[in-house]
Amino acid sequence: MSDARARILGRLRAAAPASAPDRVPVPISPATPANQADLLASFRARLEAVRAEVHLADADGWPALVQRLARARGVARLLFGADGQLADALRRQFADEDTPALVPYADPIEAWKGELFSGIDAGVTSSLGGIAETGSVILWPGPAEPRLLSLVPPVHFVIVAAAQLHATLADAIAAQRWAEGMPTNALLISGPSKSADIEQTIAYGVHGPKAFVVIVVT
Amino acid sequence: MAAPSELGGRIGRALGNAAARANIARAMYGLQKKRLLAFPDAAELERLRDAGEAIKRRAIARLPELLETLEASCARNGTQVHWAETAEDANRLVLDILQRHGARDLIKGKSMVSEEMGLNAALAAAGIEPIESDLGEFIIQIGGEGPSHIIAPAVHKSRFEVAALFREHFPDLPHGDEIESLCASARAILRRRFRAADAGLSGANFLVAETGTLVLVENEGNGRLSTTAPAVHIAVAGIEKVVERLADVPPLLRLLVRSATGQPITTYVNFISGPRKADEKDGPREVHLVLLDNGRSRLYADPELRESLRCIRCGACMNHCPVYVRLGGHAYGTVYPGPIGTVLEPARAGLGRLGELTEASTLCGACSEVCPVRIPLPSLIHRLRHDAVRTDGAGAAGSGARRRRLEALVWRAWAFVHARPAWYRLWTATATRLRALAPRRIAGWSDARATPRPATRSLHALARERGLDRE
Repeated sequence: MSDARARILGRLRAAAPASAPDRVPVPISPATPANQADLLASFRARLEAVRAEVHLADADGWPALVQRLARARGVARLLFGADGQLADALRRQFADEDTPALVPYADPIEAWKGELFSGIDAGVTSSLGGIAETGSVILWPGPAEPRLLSLVPPVHFVIVAAAQLHATLADAIAAQRWAEGMPTNALLISGPSKSADIEQTIAYGVHGPKAFVVIVVT
Repeated sequence: MAAPSELGGRIGRALGNAAARANIARAMYGLQKKRLLAFPDAAELERLRDAGEAIKRRAIARLPELLETLEASCARNGTQVHWAETAEDANRLVLDILQRHGARDLIKGKSMVSEEMGLNAALAAAGIEPIESDLGEFIIQIGGEGPSHIIAPAVHKSRFEVAALFREHFPDLPHGDEIESLCASARAILRRRFRAADAGLSGANFLVAETGTLVLVENEGNGRLSTTAPAVHIAVAGIEKVVERLADVPPLLRLLVRSATGQPITTYVNFISGPRKADEKDGPREVHLVLLDNGRSRLYADPELRESLRCIRCGACMNHCPVYVRLGGHAYGTVYPGPIGTVLEPARAGLGRLGELTEASTLCGACSEVCPVRIPLPSLIHRLRHDAVRTDGAGAAGSGARRRRLEALVWRAWAFVHARPAWYRLWTATATRLRALAPRRIAGWSDARATPRPATRSLHALARERGLDRE
């Protein structure tokens, strides 16, 4: 189909204007949160407006909170990234009392797809922070915390550092230098899966997690 | 009275379907209100539209260059880029990829370009069963229909109609009429398919040239699953979807989502930059991007129609169109309905086939007032109407196809009279005096409206009496 490529580009080049117009500045909304407290308040309010749960914890307390919230939801098997940054703290927390059972995402998906789809109740991941304006959590899944970890289990627990809250997506992309090297999959998650395809009425839990539980570490 | 055209027939049927009309109107008025609430500051919205228009204008001006940059960036990431001149070529490319992998089951995320390609029918003919996983698309797929809206494909159906459809096709599942329970059924049915699918297909909202990234927005997770769970991911996208830099995405995303549904953001925004790396445990082993022309480069060659390539497919133009709101998308008989469809579809298929569509518009301008990238839709519809009756053969494909001798003669006479004061006075004087002879019925027009009749006195005569002509 390289002929198609040449013909399409040829037609476009023959018609392309000599110069391109300049960009114009993107307005910054006056409602954009400015200080740390505003960032967290906006982040939390946006998430709660779409039925996400938001909890606060300190740097030592979040593993116990994850365990308590998972138990409260009746989670029997909790999936985590075997080599992820949360792994050690989770293993320590669950070492004494292994309920729910902590399951590592250790093998390629092909080896255990069936089990992942039917035998896991929840997944827990870290994050690259959040976006206050829209109540979004930034995820860059990878070898340590694979993509399906936050997607297939019906409940997703995610740990967000309060210090990593950005006002807007544009701020996050610039501050974290996304353009210098994108991962296979970068992701913004802003609540549990939902659909308004029937009567424009929002229903939660269509294909992705039915529950999105955010733990902000302050 | 002459038999209605195909379009006329579809419009008649749409107007007669009171249930669908009520579903559509309720949804559209809701979306109008949500959009309004999503942009509380009118001045900020206009500045945002300035930025969105400029980003897309710049990207379209540099389209050939950006497509090459995109291709190189994708190659660097390991994404394989394919080029398709027509829908048939694109279908063949997708089919080739699937057959190379021996794929039988294809799970699809929502993609209007795949609708444009007629992909499902092409694959079914080759023995591959594609299954739609977006809830709205799934509903219309089992119902054997096309989408009636580009964002909300099943907007014409009520929950009760959806429930009946599910009961008919999946009698083993427990079904209530409640929306939550319908979603739960769809989740259960489609989970099995996601797990078993050999390949996944998606569209793309933006293609970032700088980083070779496909940006995909969605609420359900169908896009995430289709592009992550199967071993092969194929994305299909129009060539106009390319933007220059990653930094161009946030303002466009803001405009797209707020204009479409009034949400601050969709539940998921996927940035996909290539297949699974050697040390990764999941994700597709191959990512393919099929770039579709299908008439876009022809639009590009026309400086006016080129403006339609800025479209980010938010659907705001149809949500606010008085014609769409009353008819719904099926009446248009095209993949893309509403004002943007009224430009894209006749320009692509030719005015001989779809020129009549350009007449199904009041040119009220609501669409261009809400368009996030300021496409002058009424001007473009007007331009196509002109192309459809011009005699010089210039303009869009099918130029002159709708020219009628009698109509042309009437307008020539109208222009002659209105450009000559003496003739004009004679005409108005005659019309007012002979008003009793004016026809009482005008075919088609007077069926649902009062027949216009000349007044007893012309406006000029009334103005003269009141001394207004000397001011």
